[in-house]
Amino acid sequence: MSLLEVSGLKKYFPIRTGILKRTTGQVYAVDGVGFSVEKGETLGLVGESGCGKSTTGRAVLRLIAPTAGTITFEGTDIMAASRSEMQRLRRDMQIIFQDPYASLNPRMRVRDIVGESLKIHDIGTEAERKKRVFELLETVGLSAEHAERYPHEFSGGQRQRIGIARALALKPKLIICDEPVSALDVSIRAQVINLLEDLQDEFDLTYVFIAHDLSVVKHASDRVAVMYLGKIVEISDSALLYDYPQHPYSEALLSAVPIPDPTTERARRRIILEGDVPSPTNPPKGCVFHPRCPRAQEICTTAMPALSSTGGDAGERHEVACYFPARFIGGERSVASEPFEGATPSASA
Amino acid sequence: MGERLLTVDGLSTHFFTYAGVVKAVNGVSFTLDRKETLGIVGESGSGKTVAALSLMRLIPDPPGKVVEGTLMLGDRDLRTLSDEEMRKVRGNDIAMVFQDPMTSLNPVLKVGDQIAEAIILHQGRTKAEAWKMSAELLNRVGIPDADKRISHYPFEFSGGMRQRAMIAMAISCNPDILIADEPTTALDVTIQAQIIEVIEEMQQRYESGVILITHDLGVVAEIADKVMVMYGGRTVEYAGIDEIFYNPHHPYTWGLLGSLPRLDEIEKTRLTPIKGQPPDLIALPSGCPFVGRCAYERTECRDEWPALEIVGPDHGVNCWIPEDQRREFRAALPHFQEYVR
Repeated sequence: MSLLEVSGLKKYFPIRTGILKRTTGQVYAVDGVGFSVEKGETLGLVGESGCGKSTTGRAVLRLIAPTAGTITFEGTDIMAASRSEMQRLRRDMQIIFQDPYASLNPRMRVRDIVGESLKIHDIGTEAERKKRVFELLETVGLSAEHAERYPHEFSGGQRQRIGIARALALKPKLIICDEPVSALDVSIRAQVINLLEDLQDEFDLTYVFIAHDLSVVKHASDRVAVMYLGKIVEISDSALLYDYPQHPYSEALLSAVPIPDPTTERARRRIILEGDVPSPTNPPKGCVFHPRCPRAQEICTTAMPALSSTGGDAGERHEVACYFPARFIGGERSVASEPFEGATPSASA
Repeated sequence: MGERLLTVDGLSTHFFTYAGVVKAVNGVSFTLDRKETLGIVGESGSGKTVAALSLMRLIPDPPGKVVEGTLMLGDRDLRTLSDEEMRKVRGNDIAMVFQDPMTSLNPVLKVGDQIAEAIILHQGRTKAEAWKMSAELLNRVGIPDADKRISHYPFEFSGGMRQRAMIAMAISCNPDILIADEPTTALDVTIQAQIIEVIEEMQQRYESGVILITHDLGVVAEIADKVMVMYGGRTVEYAGIDEIFYNPHHPYTWGLLGSLPRLDEIEKTRLTPIKGQPPDLIALPSGCPFVGRCAYERTECRDEWPALEIVGPDHGVNCWIPEDQRREFRAALPHFQEYVR
């Protein structure tokens, strides 16, 4: 059994206009997302702004109420959990936020920020909690003397460490890391990535790692799901995604990420996508990527394809939602002119 | 390379605040030739943006002041120009693209008016002519339906399109020097690729020199010809693009390279971050600003800034560690192996 299983997850935000605040449209932020995360694993969610990766992360914790879908955590259906059950479940599911400047209450001392969840869940005596906060601060590379200070006294990297200590306080099993390093400078970013890796080993943690930077996601994750306009278009082992990208969007995304090596860069061919990501209030009919896709044909405008494996070198665990995926067989890459027989319209479309 | 466009020598820009003097830029020197791209690399607070703003004479005074150095644009010293003369330089000779296209366009003016402004001011065109030229420029930077788009307001543009409009504005008077300050940081990676392509195209077309300010060594590897690495207001190392990546001499440059995950890494290798936190610019040590974070610190590092040491053609470094020892230290770094060709 996987630690976390998500299927058919949808989150639509209503657009209300006029005096009566009537709903005149929907933002299809997440539209039929499914994945599972094994214990001890890191699943990366990657995609550009507005693709729904953060919304997915928050919906999984029910920090925002999903519109539809099922989420099971250790076999428990989260969608059906009552308020009190949910509170109990949240001990095991924590989140680290992107912006270490906005996610810490500036009027609280570090000891109260880190210890707040212990207090809410009524764990230990006052003295025990204090000891635990000191422990946590040391675990994340700060020290006990930092406990009495306020967030403004810390740099960005240190604040993110405080956020991590807070997430660890209840000894969770799953942590959603929502862009945990994107606000940080390069040298500090590496410190935090290494810290997250060490904590995973030490406490047997499972991560959902959300970020827009593909090199960071690939480095941090065992498997990667590429999102585009509210859907997962490709999901695979992170090493395989680089070697065998099958979806044209993944190919473009991979080719657009610069590699810090001039010789490699000179030899690379960049796929430049035309135009911008369409608005999620009015996503394209059929495959959401078809208006920008170099391979799009008639069938792509009919329905969004479901995730399926193309076999070959990429293996069965590598799934892609495309009628014309690149296939890799015996080291040879090919794109058929006929729709791939394994690609079927997705049920949620 | 072509003709020398810019020579900066010993530039220091300080901010005089109530809390103390912030030495944002401290004795920075560099040159830029026609058709050349200089990458200025550094983290927040390293002084890279202040260095660029000093060139444009856009440092707010007070509290800021260029306290030292010469800034030669061809044979003119930018520091001695009158405000009137400087206004002619801006946009005409040196143009700048700013980091955040969301806040650097005026929200209540049509995009066309904002581009036309510089054309009317610097080239003395009529409004109708300038408007027509603006549409051409928008088209040139890859905005579809430029004729219609020109009368739109910035909020009707996406982030990538706004940055294209900013570039159109910057190239409107065919400047010799284009300064791009983190031009792609606020953008998604596929849009970033589009913008980098536009900058490269414009550089070739107008034969300008480009100064690219960034924290992203990937972008630098992609388009820069030479690199200046800044830390705590100082240039710690400068070199040609291959030298910086394959033969770096400063421990901070090593640290930056070791901190980067590579998309093409085959086996996952642990990152080697730089320890500690960035320095407080008010309380910089009199010596090397990297002390405290440097793994190879010596006693002299704290008190005195090391002299520039030339280690190869167009390759200089400011570091107290003797060269033979630097090579030994570098060879021992795990992440450096993959950069050796």
